[in-house]
Amino acid sequence: MPLGPAGCLAFKAVPARNMLSNFFQLGDYIILKPEILLSIFGLAILLLDLFLDDAHKYWNAILALAGLAFAIIQVGLFWEAAMAHPGFLPYAAFDGRFTLDFFAIYLQLVILAATAIVILISVRYLEIEKAHHGEYYALLLLAAVGMMALAAGTDLIVLFIALELMALSEYVLTGFLRRSRRSNEAAVKFLLLGAFSSGLLLYGMSLLYGIAGSTKLSVISARLAERPADDPLSWIAMITLLAGLYFKIAAVPFHQWTPDAYEGAPTSITAFLSVGPKVASFALFLRLMIGCLWPLRQEWQALTIGVAIATLTLGNLAAITQTNVKRFFGYSTISHVGYLLLGVVAVGSGPSGRQGLTAILIYLLVYAFMNLGAFAVVVMLRRKNIIGDEMNDFAGLMSRAPLPAVLMVIFLLSLAGIPPTAGFIGKYYIFLSLIETRHYALAVLGVAYAVVALYYYFRIVALMFMKEAQDTVPLASGPGLRLALAVTLGLTLFIGIYPEPFIALAQQAMRPFFS
Amino acid sequence: MPLSHVAFLILSAVALISGGLVVTRRNPVRAALWLIVALFSVAGIYLLVKAEFLFAVQIILYVGGIMVLFLFVLMLVNVNVSVRQAPFNRQWRVALATALLLLAELAYGFWRGAAPRLKALAPVAAPSHPLGNTQAVGMALYQNYLLPVELVSLLLLVAMVGAVIMAKRRFD
Repeated sequence: MPLGPAGCLAFKAVPARNMLSNFFQLGDYIILKPEILLSIFGLAILLLDLFLDDAHKYWNAILALAGLAFAIIQVGLFWEAAMAHPGFLPYAAFDGRFTLDFFAIYLQLVILAATAIVILISVRYLEIEKAHHGEYYALLLLAAVGMMALAAGTDLIVLFIALELMALSEYVLTGFLRRSRRSNEAAVKFLLLGAFSSGLLLYGMSLLYGIAGSTKLSVISARLAERPADDPLSWIAMITLLAGLYFKIAAVPFHQWTPDAYEGAPTSITAFLSVGPKVASFALFLRLMIGCLWPLRQEWQALTIGVAIATLTLGNLAAITQTNVKRFFGYSTISHVGYLLLGVVAVGSGPSGRQGLTAILIYLLVYAFMNLGAFAVVVMLRRKNIIGDEMNDFAGLMSRAPLPAVLMVIFLLSLAGIPPTAGFIGKYYIFLSLIETRHYALAVLGVAYAVVALYYYFRIVALMFMKEAQDTVPLASGPGLRLALAVTLGLTLFIGIYPEPFIALAQQAMRPFFS
Repeated sequence: MPLSHVAFLILSAVALISGGLVVTRRNPVRAALWLIVALFSVAGIYLLVKAEFLFAVQIILYVGGIMVLFLFVLMLVNVNVSVRQAPFNRQWRVALATALLLLAELAYGFWRGAAPRLKALAPVAAPSHPLGNTQAVGMALYQNYLLPVELVSLLLLVAMVGAVIMAKRRFD
């Protein structure tokens, strides 16, 4: 039996012969293969960890990277098969509860790549923190399974369980440094607020189920379209759902957990939180807004405009005064969520806003790599007996370690959105989509806040170039960190200089919603 | 009166009485034991309406799991001290008023609103499945909800690993 995408194609061609039941066909198993591979590798790490002494714990990381590589190859094969056989995608597996389409494949690739980079920057950091346990990598892989299911799920139950799988792993990883009070405190806060937001989300989902009598997004969308425009029940469902989702993506006024969780978590996990779950939560957000609440798009667009403005304002202004680097990046992340929400506003304008979705997808890709690059440099500042997460730890970095300092400048330029870096491409498409949908005021506001962002990102640059160094201890380094920096730098510059192939990918990924 | 009605009356009387005893006993151990009786009699009512699966879940989850948890809490509470303390805290009047209000509301709704319509409806037989209740739940879980069940298994694994990490302070 062929187990690659070719097998899937064969099963799809003659479905009746390969049916185990209505709910599970042989091809479904192949569609789920990347997730199955990751789970197996996660379990293998839990077992292998028992046989490794402290000096060889890095084998856990190598095994995790191998698992991610297999998953990336498998997802890549799906893409290739879909390009060769146009009828292959979308593939609705498990009776339409798990749909593989270009949107899912694109985001799954971003999620897998981001998880791999997080693992690369974790090894040295965990050795210094003396917390190098296999569970760390196993939980990262299982969180990746949840995130991939979030990107492809088209059923409320699947989506909610995938979200909890991701969130539960996040809580544990945030509190992974058990000896650190800050880490424990952050985990408890994160857990409580996360549980609360999941409750809100679940309430909205239960109302949607009550309206439609089905948990499948497509059915709910059709039922919502039949109801009158001012139906209070659909409004309550939409508002509670949105509140839960805003919590998950850390939009103002539901952002309070972000700076605390980011500050207390191990730095490598802060990097993970700011990228992987962010991409996955946006996947969920877009799936629900476009795939399910599309009949209510005028209502959610109006709400999102207000939230986007508040998010941009608070994220950018609060970032100016931060003294802790991880808190600073927490607020910086909030401001990036604001830009992504501007893209959502453009999408809400209907078919003319299709470029908004392309813009969000490009922005997520670009943001993942530039933010992980910046965090790789922050992780290098953690050395034996030096915590290295205050702004002043950057002082004089240029004279002490010129290469990381220059790399940091490039990542910060990209985060601020200056050409010729990738960050510029992301912001450019967001603004373009706003102008195409005639949201001129929002576009001007976005550009204005980009100037503010330039100011606070350059505080770090000024510290690195102008101030005297505080200590002479060399930065932490290792093969993983060097590889992570090389990959993130390469992609940040490459996407900035030659964005066409990536834009083509994003446009392909947008097509399941706007064909 | 059919036998099932008699059984229902007995079971619900036991549930109500033991429920009352749970909140009035001063000794928390006795209260916990009465809670087991109350949960068991509710499980019996589930069995009467042919919900065998719910019956099993009620006993395994509530009577088994939650009671063990409850006894753990009791081990941390000093029973001798709590026996001498007042069994109710200061909000009991407010709580009683709220409960009576809810009762009145339910009674009104039942007699004036729901009851005539309930009488108009034909008596509904318990939904029967050719394979029985438990099998029907199993079929639903492993057919309609196959993927969520598999994802939940990973979720529980994460919860278990997480609990071990969080609880085991001294790893090395």
